[in-house]
Amino acid sequence: MEIHEDVPCPFCGTICDDIICKVEGDEVVSTQNACRIGNAKFVHAEGAERYKKPMIRKSGELVEVSMDEAVEEAAKMLVESKRPLMYGWSSVDCDAQSVGVELAEESFAVIDNTATVCHGPSLLAVHDVGYPVCTLGEVKNRADVVIYWGCNPLHAHPRHFSRHVFSRGFFRERGRSDRTVIVVDPRESDTSKLADVHVQVEFDKDYELLDAIRTALRGKKILYEQVAGVPRETIEATVELLKKAQFGILFFGMGITHSRGKNRNIDAGIRTIQDLNAHAKFTLIPMRGHYNVNGFNQVCTWETGYPFCVDFADGSAKYNPGETGSNDLLQNKETDGMFVIGADPGAHFPQKALEVMAEIPVVTIEPHRTPTTELSDVIIPPAFVGIETEGTAYRMDGIPIKMKKLVETDLLSDKEILVRILTRVRELKASK
Amino acid sequence: MNEVVLTPKEQPYVPIETSTIKPDDFANKSIDEIKDLEVWYGNTSSKIGDFFDVEGESGPTPAETNILIDGDVYNTKRIGQGMTDGKITVNGNVNMYVGAEMEGGIITVNGNADSWAGQDMRGGELIINGNARDYVGSSYRGDWRGMTGGIITIKGNAQNEVAEYMLGGKLIIQGDVRHMPGVHMNGGLLVIEGNVISRPGGEMKNGTIVIKGIVSEFLPGFEYHGIEKDLNIQGESIKGSFYKFKGDFSEKGPDGTVYVAVAGNNHIVP
Ligand code: SF4
Repeated sequence: MEIHEDVPCPFCGTICDDIICKVEGDEVVSTQNACRIGNAKFVHAEGAERYKKPMIRKSGELVEVSMDEAVEEAAKMLVESKRPLMYGWSSVDCDAQSVGVELAEESFAVIDNTATVCHGPSLLAVHDVGYPVCTLGEVKNRADVVIYWGCNPLHAHPRHFSRHVFSRGFFRERGRSDRTVIVVDPRESDTSKLADVHVQVEFDKDYELLDAIRTALRGKKILYEQVAGVPRETIEATVELLKKAQFGILFFGMGITHSRGKNRNIDAGIRTIQDLNAHAKFTLIPMRGHYNVNGFNQVCTWETGYPFCVDFADGSAKYNPGETGSNDLLQNKETDGMFVIGADPGAHFPQKALEVMAEIPVVTIEPHRTPTTELSDVIIPPAFVGIETEGTAYRMDGIPIKMKKLVETDLLSDKEILVRILTRVRELKASK
Repeated sequence: MNEVVLTPKEQPYVPIETSTIKPDDFANKSIDEIKDLEVWYGNTSSKIGDFFDVEGESGPTPAETNILIDGDVYNTKRIGQGMTDGKITVNGNVNMYVGAEMEGGIITVNGNADSWAGQDMRGGELIINGNARDYVGSSYRGDWRGMTGGIITIKGNAQNEVAEYMLGGKLIIQGDVRHMPGVHMNGGLLVIEGNVISRPGGEMKNGTIVIKGIVSEFLPGFEYHGIEKDLNIQGESIKGSFYKFKGDFSEKGPDGTVYVAVAGNNHIVP
């Protein structure tokens, strides 16, 4: 038996880096410090069917094939499609993502990640109005006002609250009692129960509330007595509280990125933080879901200039979410071949997109049986990053973390699989 | 005036991009040369002749060249992108970016248009006789300078974020729109003759929005300025009584104006 300390958790965007893992043979048998979902990822939750061999669907049935045959089929799909879509990338490491961008360019494909259905609207807002961020370490050591807007970390990022709000920091020696926590959420949640102030904004009215907050911040009178279900006086009092912060932080999640107005909610949210800086130090961090969803946006931006939805159709990088997003391409029936890696669109995309996925060839790099593999024609199982192979991942606040290898495996890493497909795509193109 | 007639063959599954369909590219060319102009078909370079039968004759200059697309081109993007003169008429639906970056001339679509019609328009006239989708007369993603000139008329309805970051020109929508018309508007005139669901003029700093129909929800960052009758804005005279609002005061020192018809809109007055 071996004990590994300070292991980063490859599940959610918090990437806790204090996990202790007990390893026996080629398996992690138990963990300490991880939350339940993190622990489940390390010790392989019961019920999840793990693939160990590549497979191809032949007359409706998945049959095991050699790695060479699976790679050949994947490469052929990419070369033969007129508008291939390469989607996912959020549960693989940055080196694999970088090969992925190269593969997309070589295949004249569109490359997009899961941000398209989570924080894509935040990325759009960032182009329009900027990105005043800080690190989670600064939050822990400095923050005295913490806002969670449209997110429920107690369920989605279980250790986020304990690591950054309850914990003691350099300037916050008493931990939780040195901080004011504000939760903005239409529902009562386990997070809102721990808050000092719960602003129960009406569903779909986040933008209205932000518009009122910004108007009050400029010392102007809010037009209506009640906005988004919140009385004018409450908004004004909250604004006064925010203005007195020594170090404020806004964490925001899908409750605001995907309510009515989407990117405009985040646009107004970022502007609010910028406006607040006239009175107090204020920053923000998006609550990213997959542990390396941020990594893809970083890699894609430094390789192409754009964070997601990048279209290489004519060989150069073009970008327009709304046209080049995965759901746009599927629902408008523009794509004729799909490559999925490190994500499960079969579980998360709308019905209309899935109907198109069922019609076109789908190649999937995926360790488990998922709704996506049910729709796939080629499946190649990779090793798990952070457990069976190492790699780099970007935490939600943009800090790169080295993921560890804990156990041995015969499986290829995502990067090795992608390099093989890239090599074959180049050969097929040369022989055309 | 000479005319080139494009009759579409069957529209492909994967869309084509045809910014070469404009008088600037057709003028002074033979029919065979026009058939040979490049279009993008998914990720491959293709030719106009692969997707259209081409007949007629082009004029010596763009101004003397009319293009008629006689049929439905619902899977064709970027028709007339960047055109400076002449005319394009489409007897059918078009896909995204019709008349994007156009500087002059007239485009008439006798059908519906997809999103980004007249994106970054500088001049000329774009008329959609059916409906349009999102981002009519908007900016390029991330740019804070959208449409600067010209006139867009949508006879039917449009959807979200029309006139986003608009700086100049006129945009008239005769039907209804959904959310956030004129978001981040910095100039120009947006007239909506039908209804608006929510947030007209969000984060606007300048320019004018006139809404003749019903606005279901209005933003709290505006200031109410009473009733004004019979407006005259940018040479456009608009009859009727309107509630006047200035804003959006969530922005610094805004000078935007939103007029909303008195009839049916009592609920948005404080
Ligand atoms: S909070 Fe997230 S990163 Fe931390 S242990 Fe749980 S799943 Fe892993």
